[in-house]
Amino acid sequence: MTTDWGQARLHVVTGKGGTGKTTVASAMSLALASTPGRVLLTEVEGRQGISQTFDVPPLGTEETRVVRLPGGGEVDGLSVEPKAALLEYLQLFYKLGRAGRLLEKFGAIDFATTIAPGVRDVLLIGKVYEANRRRRDGRHRGDAPLTYDALVLDAPPTGRIGRFLSVNSEVADLARVGPIHSQAESITRLLQSEQTVVHLVTLLEEMPVQETLEAVDELRSKGFRPASIIVNMVRRPLLEDAAIGQALAGRLHKPSIRTQLTEAGVTVTPELVDGLLAEARDHAQRVDLEREQRALLEEAGLPIVELPLLPDGVDSGSVRELADVLLPHFAHEQVPA
Amino acid sequence: MTTTSQARVARPAPALDVDTLVADASIGIVVCCGSGGVGKTTTAAALGLRAAEAGRRVVVLTIDPARRLAQSLGLTELDNTPRPVTDIDASAGGSLHAMMLDMKRTFDEVVITHADPDKAEQILANPFYQAVSSSFAGTQEYMAMEKLGQLKASEGSPDAPWDLIVVDTPPSRSALDFLDAPNRLGSFLDGRFIRLLTAPAKAGGRAGLKVFGVGVQIVTSTMTKILGGQMLTDVQTFVNALDTMFGGFRERADETYRLLSEEGTAFLVVAAPERDALREASYFVDRLEADGMPLAGLVVNRIGRVEATGLTPSKALAVAEALEDGNGPKSATTAAGLLRLHADLVRTAQRQHELADRFSRAHPEIPVVHVPALGRDVHDLAGLREIGAALAAS
Repeated sequence: MTTDWGQARLHVVTGKGGTGKTTVASAMSLALASTPGRVLLTEVEGRQGISQTFDVPPLGTEETRVVRLPGGGEVDGLSVEPKAALLEYLQLFYKLGRAGRLLEKFGAIDFATTIAPGVRDVLLIGKVYEANRRRRDGRHRGDAPLTYDALVLDAPPTGRIGRFLSVNSEVADLARVGPIHSQAESITRLLQSEQTVVHLVTLLEEMPVQETLEAVDELRSKGFRPASIIVNMVRRPLLEDAAIGQALAGRLHKPSIRTQLTEAGVTVTPELVDGLLAEARDHAQRVDLEREQRALLEEAGLPIVELPLLPDGVDSGSVRELADVLLPHFAHEQVPA
Repeated sequence: MTTTSQARVARPAPALDVDTLVADASIGIVVCCGSGGVGKTTTAAALGLRAAEAGRRVVVLTIDPARRLAQSLGLTELDNTPRPVTDIDASAGGSLHAMMLDMKRTFDEVVITHADPDKAEQILANPFYQAVSSSFAGTQEYMAMEKLGQLKASEGSPDAPWDLIVVDTPPSRSALDFLDAPNRLGSFLDGRFIRLLTAPAKAGGRAGLKVFGVGVQIVTSTMTKILGGQMLTDVQTFVNALDTMFGGFRERADETYRLLSEEGTAFLVVAAPERDALREASYFVDRLEADGMPLAGLVVNRIGRVEATGLTPSKALAVAEALEDGNGPKSATTAAGLLRLHADLVRTAQRQHELADRFSRAHPEIPVVHVPALGRDVHDLAGLREIGAALAAS
């Protein structure tokens, strides 16, 4: 299946906790920036995952360059924090001054950003929405080229993604009038347009796959565009298919393996051979399970992109390795004028 | 390999003995906690089954089990009620119940139980209540706590024959959320802004305004502008309606929290052998100590299993290379594959043991058990028994 994102500018990345969502979002930003282009990578959970991945100082509420690529592309990073976003927003629209401090003092800011359902999410996506429309002269209309060629949002996990993106319905129910209400509506229009696609990061394990498939259904039913499933930490096959089948059935030929090992100079004991065969059986079972999960993923009818397991964990260098794998799927993208 | 990496710890971590733990009749609650994705639910279910087959009467409260795991316990629906698990070995006189938490339903039940019918109906219909009860960050933790309190309170009645409650905690980034959330909901309900919203009504309008002065007007008018007046009215209605129950809410949350710090409770911290999960486990252990909560030990879950002994990774790789170069028969390729696989497993396991050892150096007094990774996900009682046996095998 081809990976053609069409008109997409905003790439939303979600996944179950522990699947490497932030790493994948970072690698995707690098791939998109290599066109070359300018890409904004935003995180919304205050975890400073971007700063850890790219090995740069913690990000604040200002867009900050985290990587400049040799070809001229660049990735800016942003860590959106709802309290600061709300105060900034209030300042922008209401010139609050003293009232802003009062709101803070009375706990109203805390209330609006932590308790009032949906408001927090509107504020978080609101920042991305604004950056998406901004032009290089700082205005939001006119002929100047857009500030960013693409935006990547490191979004909340699969369990929360449907609700996060459908801020409109929830907030429209609760805040029926007012600027939060109208901003929620504009944001939903962007999120449901062809400009926005959602990528789901998973591992070939039961729980993440189950959640991924549920999220794909939920996103589709709510009018969003799931665009790809990114399978992370895929182990390279160490045994050939035939050997996997034999190991699974417990039919690997013990005498010939013993002969090979002995001839190659290994001191062979029965325990060693049995141990190796037991390890092969465990491995084959895992491979079998992964194939089963992979087949389930295919039912979603989305392109599946595989990223290799990095044996020594993730750092700023290995993110580039992953970006290279994503490159063919993202770099061909034509940047809209 | 295990012995060499453990030799680097001055004093090896004491072994966690879960069989002794659950055989102790004075232990009535075991809480399995840890960050998301480390296998808390499976650990809770395996421990519950093992305790039941050793003769305890157990109920396992799970939060968000994988479908197969739920099926293995005979749970086909999320109905918020403990169901007996059949097919267990009850020869030692034990029994096993299991349930999945439905947080919205638990919240609704609290409202229905503690408010008079008119008021309950008013609360349940309020859009703000509906949002808070299904999405407020922390509601799940709070309701898990609430449910635990209910299970404890009903203990020993004909419908609730258990004497040991094994609790799984909600999936969250931080293991601390479980302990903090009830307090957060409490402080929301007691918060200054909520009091401000409700105070004018309670104090009869003018008096309330006098207390807060002009500030109140600015704040409420700004909030009205931003959120729309309807939302504030909904919040006011919600809070006023809940008002009579506030005391009850807080009291029960405090009571359950106290229950957790008593002798009859044991915390099991579950972690995957990875840096982040063990760091979370470390925070959690510190927090339990600071709060005087009874910690039974650490379960390092899904450690890579090495079964062939006496072959180092470097030797295995060298031999594999030689076998591949030799233009040998098919079995040479297979043997080389087995050797590469073995080298991978040993290296992974070494890294995992080093991470676990680092935890033990920082917390030398905490009992630890290592549970090996299984080839397949658990989907029946036999799988749970296998994990239970591994939990007890330190």
